[in-house]
Amino acid sequence: MTVGGAGAGESAARRVAILGGGPAGLAAAQAALAAGARVTLLDEGGRLGGQYWRHHEQLTDRRLQHGWARFERLRGVLDRAEVHTGASVWSAEASDGAVRLRAVVGPADAAGRTALEVEADAVVVATGAHDLALPVPGWTLPGVTTAGAAQALAKRDGVTVGRRTIVSGAGPFLLPVAQSLAIAGAEVVGVHEASRLGGLAAGWLPRPWQLAGKAGELVEYVGALARHRIPYRIGSGVVRVLGTDRVEGVVIAALDAEWRPIPGTEREIACDSVALGHGFTPRLEVAISLGAAIEGDRRGRFVVVDDAQRTSAAGVYAAGEITGIGGADAALAEGAVAGFMAAGGSLDDDRMRGPLAVRRRMRAFAARLERAHGIRPGWTSWLADDTVVCRCENVTRRTIADRADAPLRAMKLATRAGLGACQGRTCGRAVEAIVAEAGGAPEGFDRRPVLAPVRLGEVAALGQGNGVGAAAAAISIDDRAESTVAAAEPRQ
Amino acid sequence: MIRITVDAEPLEGRDGQTIAGVLIGAGRTAWRTAHTGDRGVFCGIGVCHDCLVTVNGVEGVRACQREAVDGDRVEREVRA
Ligand SMILES: Cc1cc2nc3c(=O)[nH]c(=O)nc-3n(C[C@H](O)[C@H](O)[C@H](O)COP(=O)(O)OP(=O)(O)OC[C@H]3O[C@@H](n4cnc5c(N)ncnc54)[C@H](O)[C@@H]3O)c2cc1C
Ligand code: FES
Repeated sequence: MTVGGAGAGESAARRVAILGGGPAGLAAAQAALAAGARVTLLDEGGRLGGQYWRHHEQLTDRRLQHGWARFERLRGVLDRAEVHTGASVWSAEASDGAVRLRAVVGPADAAGRTALEVEADAVVVATGAHDLALPVPGWTLPGVTTAGAAQALAKRDGVTVGRRTIVSGAGPFLLPVAQSLAIAGAEVVGVHEASRLGGLAAGWLPRPWQLAGKAGELVEYVGALARHRIPYRIGSGVVRVLGTDRVEGVVIAALDAEWRPIPGTEREIACDSVALGHGFTPRLEVAISLGAAIEGDRRGRFVVVDDAQRTSAAGVYAAGEITGIGGADAALAEGAVAGFMAAGGSLDDDRMRGPLAVRRRMRAFAARLERAHGIRPGWTSWLADDTVVCRCENVTRRTIADRADAPLRAMKLATRAGLGACQGRTCGRAVEAIVAEAGGAPEGFDRRPVLAPVRLGEVAALGQGNGVGAAAAAISIDDRAESTVAAAEPRQ
Repeated sequence: MIRITVDAEPLEGRDGQTIAGVLIGAGRTAWRTAHTGDRGVFCGIGVCHDCLVTVNGVEGVRACQREAVDGDRVEREVRA
């Protein structure tokens, strides 16, 4: 099935495809509709809302939702758009003034999902981010999750992984996670923020008015911590998870300004679950595959956009966490600009004033977030030689460091780091840090030939129709060395 | 209420929960065997593939992404 193709007799309205139904994608859809475009929105989730408004009608505790009225307004205008949920986009191309997205639609990872092809004049990529959880010895034990997973399970399913949880990492996101865990019924033994007072003060204290909006939410979380008697400790973190078959406790240590554990400060705490989150890393693969330029260093690479949220690729716009980690308000503002411009609107339009102002303020906020909570290089000193870094392929710190002088592709092939089912999504930034520290030149965990898991059987079946077979063939020829099969068929 | 089986053992969950949600709600934290030992949920949003199970005979289903349906047969996956 192909949708979005201009049929005979239809108006010449611009066709805008939007990939992602989180705050950025929803705001983009609303703005593109307001500018008169025909909009098709796709998201792999079963429901719209992305990470921020992740919900289930019956299972979500309303106390865990923020800005719900805004969500309902955004969702409300979508009856004028074509919306596909449960739609995993696995291929995206831009050429000759047209954008083509290919998706499979149906229950997650089911066999025999239906194929969907969307063609548009412009696309807004709003694929968001996922947690960046740094490895610690023992982090593969059952009971250890990312902070985002703890949040998603509490919000979406109304469950917590354990009864006694430690939250550890960096950034303000640890606060809502602790609150959600407490509301969902777990005891949060402590929240450990790696950054020290100096870094936090430098990041947060100058120009506090920039926090307007965000400040209210933060104050609410701090209040929740106090109400639930959850200690918040800065300059400390989980440096080892203890247990044989599952989490039995953790070792907490004080961290110096570079996040190196300070010898002699270690103490053990009993718990049955750990939520780790050291920030977020963007989901770049769709943007890269569409030809959009990426910029940054090991600490973070993002899609490059201009004032109109335009990427370096014709017809491709980007919004939300893939352009920088700034939270939901930033994503909403960027989405509105991207959708409006993709639909052929103008930045001078009065309707753009609000979003442009919010975007300016939230970009400053994002810079302060990075200054206060950005990953410091000393974290690698809490790894042991035999600590598993690549969870899929069981590759240790030592193995990666030993091959650090090889070009990254050769290093990946020799060690298998990043070649497993997740295609380096979980370990990529950590592997790069270890390679850099061992004197190598890390680069290139971002390119992923298959954008979402799709079964080889499904791809073959799609190949019976319009040219998808060629794409499938191209994937298997180009990227054999990248072990595409692992991504294409979750279990080899 | 929905009922699924996990390695032939019956488990009850709430309507609309993911398979991971049902398993965790039933007190389980691990349901896949990997090189380093057992694994369950890690990322919770479909990116890490640590939570894979076989559902109704189809392998490689992310338990954190798939909504459980009454009667689903879930099996553990072992990757040596
Ligand atoms: C697990 C997690 C939980 C979070 N919870 C909160 C929270 O409770 N409160 C808070 O303030 N912030 C939270 N955040 C931060 C949050 O991500 C952002 O502030 C905000 O949601 C960013 O909006 P976005 O639109 O850029 O991206 P997102 O909200 O992440 O939306 C991106 C959307 O793109 C879709 N997508 C990606 N790739 C594909 C593909 N190939 N095919 C189809 N669809 C695709 C995803 O399904 C997703 O719905 C969370 C982050 C994570 C990772
Ligand atoms: S827990 Fe990461 S994919 Fe399910």
